[in-house]
Amino acid sequence: MKILVCISHVPDTTSKINFTDGDTKFDTNGVQFVINPNDEFGLTRAMWFKEKQGASVDVINVGGPETEPTLRKALAIGADSAIRVNTEATDGFAVAKQLAKVVKDGGYDLVIAGRESIDYNGSMVPGMLASLIDANFVTNCISLEVDGTNAKAVREIDGGKETVSTSLPLVIGGQKGLVEESDLRIPNMRGIMMARKKPLNVVEPVDVSAETKAVSFEKPAPKGAVKLVDADNIDELVNLLHNEAKVI
Amino acid sequence: MSILVYTESENGKLKKTALEVVSYAKAIADQMGTSVTAVAVNADNADTLGNYGATKVLLVKDESLKAFNAKKYAAIIANAAKSEDAKVVVVSSSADSKYLAPLLAVGLDAGYVSNVVEAPSSVSPFTVKRTTFTNKAFTNTEITTDVKVVGLSNNSFGLVESGGSASVEEFSPSILDSGVSVESVDKATDKVSIADAEIVVSGGRGLKGPENWGMVEELAEVLGAATACSKPVSDLGWRPHSEHVGQTGKPVASNLYIAIGISGAIQHLAGINSSKVKVVINTDPEAPFFKAADYGVVGDAFEVVPKLIEKLKAFKAANA
Repeated sequence: MKILVCISHVPDTTSKINFTDGDTKFDTNGVQFVINPNDEFGLTRAMWFKEKQGASVDVINVGGPETEPTLRKALAIGADSAIRVNTEATDGFAVAKQLAKVVKDGGYDLVIAGRESIDYNGSMVPGMLASLIDANFVTNCISLEVDGTNAKAVREIDGGKETVSTSLPLVIGGQKGLVEESDLRIPNMRGIMMARKKPLNVVEPVDVSAETKAVSFEKPAPKGAVKLVDADNIDELVNLLHNEAKVI
Repeated sequence: MSILVYTESENGKLKKTALEVVSYAKAIADQMGTSVTAVAVNADNADTLGNYGATKVLLVKDESLKAFNAKKYAAIIANAAKSEDAKVVVVSSSADSKYLAPLLAVGLDAGYVSNVVEAPSSVSPFTVKRTTFTNKAFTNTEITTDVKVVGLSNNSFGLVESGGSASVEEFSPSILDSGVSVESVDKATDKVSIADAEIVVSGGRGLKGPENWGMVEELAEVLGAATACSKPVSDLGWRPHSEHVGQTGKPVASNLYIAIGISGAIQHLAGINSSKVKVVINTDPEAPFFKAADYGVVGDAFEVVPKLIEKLKAFKAANA
């Protein structure tokens, strides 16, 4: 089985988000970038397939050279080789188009992406990719088993979960549950040394234009001060929620 | 030309988000000088969508569509959009709608923006505001394609009754084959989901152990709320992953969010930031959650929560 894991290069979850150039650009100053958490669950599940069922695992990112340390980290975790499509990730559709080309050319059976990236939260790349290459697609995926060309997946739905059967070629939008938090691997020294020697292929992009454009950014309005209620006066809290906030 | 909106139902009953997306579509239709057509699958009482601004409902009745299927549903909506010559297609942010929307966008060669929180600031160019960086920011985004797909954030626009009426027409597009089939659905029917809940009651590590969740559940029951938890609680296995809210868990956009024993890590606050009113109960007055909350109680959850349950029960009884 040939697996491709899509890796988004995103600000660490603890990052403070700021903008520059008149609120038109994300300020990367002082921001630590990591593998998108949803993608990391998928990568770890891919490593399980590699070790238990025999599979090759490549990782891919669409982005500039600044994303290479994130791809190297994925190699250190255990992926066999990395691909970077050398273009700015302008919108979900443009990224999906770039991925579609690589998936078709590479003959991948299974593509695991994150359900969404934690920066733009679009939840669109995996579905668009599946549609473009006419593969089966399951998102919000919390469990995945593959047997030959058949697959069984569990999808989180609002208020529960759903078990589906499907087949390869398959695109997955993964999240926590594909593996547990405790299964995630911190690269060890040997992994990091080996990652330096693994191939990281830079491929040139196909010609595609974005369909959406980020015009400007805003931050939420600053919050007013909290209204404290005495622990011995919970009647007052009920009163405020009913009469002032009008939520009960 | 019209605005098309996909209205979800469950067991025949239209969901509240269906009424919200129609209200939202009506606002766009007014801006563009056109009307709203809704598309629904196996919904009863689809004519009630008229009250929220739809003038026409395309109703698909098909037993084979009882189980949700993203590819089939996306094809039906794309088909309806083409037959209505819709320039804008509106969907919700439910798990199902977010599943089908990217497929729909590719099918219509449409630009798609999800997590939109307001009516367009402009329809030419078509510009919408959406949440990004998991609610730490907003991005004003322009959709440059001829046809546009807009995913509305749940509980961001609200319901707007316009008192109109809608004609319901049967719609029978050919149904595609799909390579994904549902084997089983595991869903608690007696509990409200975090996505649909108007009130969410959430517990953190301050509750000391899973055995202490009884009062969280009781408080949720009194309020008709969904239960949720912080990331450490889910990682420790005290509560299921499906309850984890925050940046890497589920987003919450309820009217009221009550955090019990949650300190308020930046990732948690990001995930719940779209909730309208936030209440924190924590022993530590320095907990970061107090800076993000509207109302706070500094105190021991084991004393405050039972009191709150008792007071709410009395309140409910008096206002029943």
